[in-house]
Amino acid sequence: MLLEVKDLETEFKVKRGTVKAVNGVSFEVDKGEILAVVGESGSGKSVTSLSVMGLIRDPGRVAGGEILFNGENLLKKSTKEMQAVRGDKISMIFQEPMTSLNPVYRVKDQIMETILTHTTMNKKEALKRAIEMLDLVGIPAPEQRVNDYPHQMSGGMRQRVMIAMALACDPELLIADEPTTALDVTIQAQILDLINRLREKLGMAVLLITHDLGVVAETADKVVVMYCGRVVEQATVEQLFTKPLHPYTQGLLDSIPKMDEDRERLYMIKGIVPDPIHLPKGCSFADRCDKCMEKCREHMPKLSVTEDGRKVRCFLVSDEVEGE
Amino acid sequence: MSEEKKEVLLEVKHLKKYFDVETNFFGKPTAVLKAVDDVSFKIYKGEALGLVGESGCGKSTIGKMLVDLYKPTAGEILYDGKDISKLSTKERRKYCKDIQLIFQDPYASLNPRMTVGDIIGEPIRINKLMPDDQVEDRVTYLMNCVGLANHQRNRYPHEFSGGQRQRVGIARALAVQPKLIVCDEPVSALDVSIQAQVLNLLDDLKEEFGLTYLFIAHGLNVVKHISDRVGVMYLGKLMEVADKREIYDNPLNPYTQALLSAIPSTDITKKKERIILTGDVPTPINPPAGCRFCSRCFKKTEGCDTVIPELKDNGNGHMVACHLYDK
Repeated sequence: MLLEVKDLETEFKVKRGTVKAVNGVSFEVDKGEILAVVGESGSGKSVTSLSVMGLIRDPGRVAGGEILFNGENLLKKSTKEMQAVRGDKISMIFQEPMTSLNPVYRVKDQIMETILTHTTMNKKEALKRAIEMLDLVGIPAPEQRVNDYPHQMSGGMRQRVMIAMALACDPELLIADEPTTALDVTIQAQILDLINRLREKLGMAVLLITHDLGVVAETADKVVVMYCGRVVEQATVEQLFTKPLHPYTQGLLDSIPKMDEDRERLYMIKGIVPDPIHLPKGCSFADRCDKCMEKCREHMPKLSVTEDGRKVRCFLVSDEVEGE
Repeated sequence: MSEEKKEVLLEVKHLKKYFDVETNFFGKPTAVLKAVDDVSFKIYKGEALGLVGESGCGKSTIGKMLVDLYKPTAGEILYDGKDISKLSTKERRKYCKDIQLIFQDPYASLNPRMTVGDIIGEPIRINKLMPDDQVEDRVTYLMNCVGLANHQRNRYPHEFSGGQRQRVGIARALAVQPKLIVCDEPVSALDVSIQAQVLNLLDDLKEEFGLTYLFIAHGLNVVKHISDRVGVMYLGKLMEVADKREIYDNPLNPYTQALLSAIPSTDITKKKERIILTGDVPTPINPPAGCRFCSRCFKKTEGCDTVIPELKDNGNGHMVACHLYDK
């Protein structure tokens, strides 16, 4: 197992109280596998990925759990040790490629920085590697483009540069936090295709954070669905998209306008996400759920394992209660 | 809707909008950005016309010209048969009342210092649509229509979620009893579950108030749900216009085909052939000569890079601008 996240808890202290952004999340990523974490704004998916990278800053902190990477607990590592892991073994690409590239440095300097920090290559070799990487991610004329500044490139190109930078040291795990959300659909198709091809070529694992179920269906192997800081369903892509079990997953899938069918009205999940400081007593989704029962408002269901190996947090599937 | 019953509400003829992005010492433009370049279409009463395209294709610029936020460089916008640039002050007031805009970003388009009740009531007061003492009742009614509770009227925009703010924006647009609403990416900034709520609301309001929509979006699936007809834009040009069923079942322009195939589908049982376009959208400052799409087109033939294809009817009102269909 490459990455094992066990009962991760990340919280933020704010004026009004404590927000448990991630509340007991567990999942595993195997070598060479793409795991997608899906959820809407505020579900805790990005905070999960930042926790894995060790990038949670005040007023936030990782309050509990373990993050095992190749068997080593990342949470026990010092800042310096984490710096050696970040960018080398685990690297990350972000949603907004413009704000995550430094506007005053040339592209080559930014890619070379990672290489020079983590390897013993000299500058000349690092530059050669940077050009190779740009070529790998499909930037035409990489020898020239390597001298460009970020503003001279389009959004899709910048995201390619980000990917080149992230892959420069052959990471074992790539965390992609909404890598295509800021891009147009035709460019999104290019980038997803690129991530998929590189995964096959380099054998790295990908933790894909996204809100777009379409992107999940087309790229991932396994899916984790998050709601209000908890995992509500975990399954393989085939299982989840052919037969979603949790009412939230069902609702999400139904509320997407489909290309190949005509419906008069879209399915709606009623209401809005509850305030993270005052979560309801029972299941967090109870108020918005069509199939809500009495006990849903009283108890939080446990994430229980079904016969075919998937995990669901719902009383419709299992009677197990969280914490009992 | 049959052909003869359709009544044109608004017609756009050879509309152009150029921006001078660079000028020389004498103020003469040296680089011109062609945001919208010779676009013509009609919007019929009671329909929803969808306008799709990627960033920079000019779809929002068209929306802004329709609500008179931009002056066209050339071309005409005919409303009820009259050119809107030649209206008298009084007629213009009526036009501006008839055509309203819903913005993409529900965070930026509401004044943070006004209560929601005031925001919705303001257009009624400005247009003097009713005596002041009736405005409050009207605001209550409008808030109910869009699914907001009356007790929320004294709250400020920051107290609302994104979906609720978008509802406020919709109520404000409805306040002046418009005929046409230009919806500029009204659900792009919202979560999936909230998107469905707002789309259904827009659908209901269209029936209830007899509205006509120009629905601008970059997502073809969102547009498909709400529109009757769809227009596809690329780099300032209209590439294809047709009934929504025609566009989705039988896309003619290679760009439309690529755009449709690029949408990730949640149906994993059907593996579709994906067309992956090479390269990026060129800048509209120096668009390619000939067909705008020719630099990325996978069906490019001779002549595509020299002659601009015209938008022509290919039968049954399916308009397409592509040399493949020149006969």
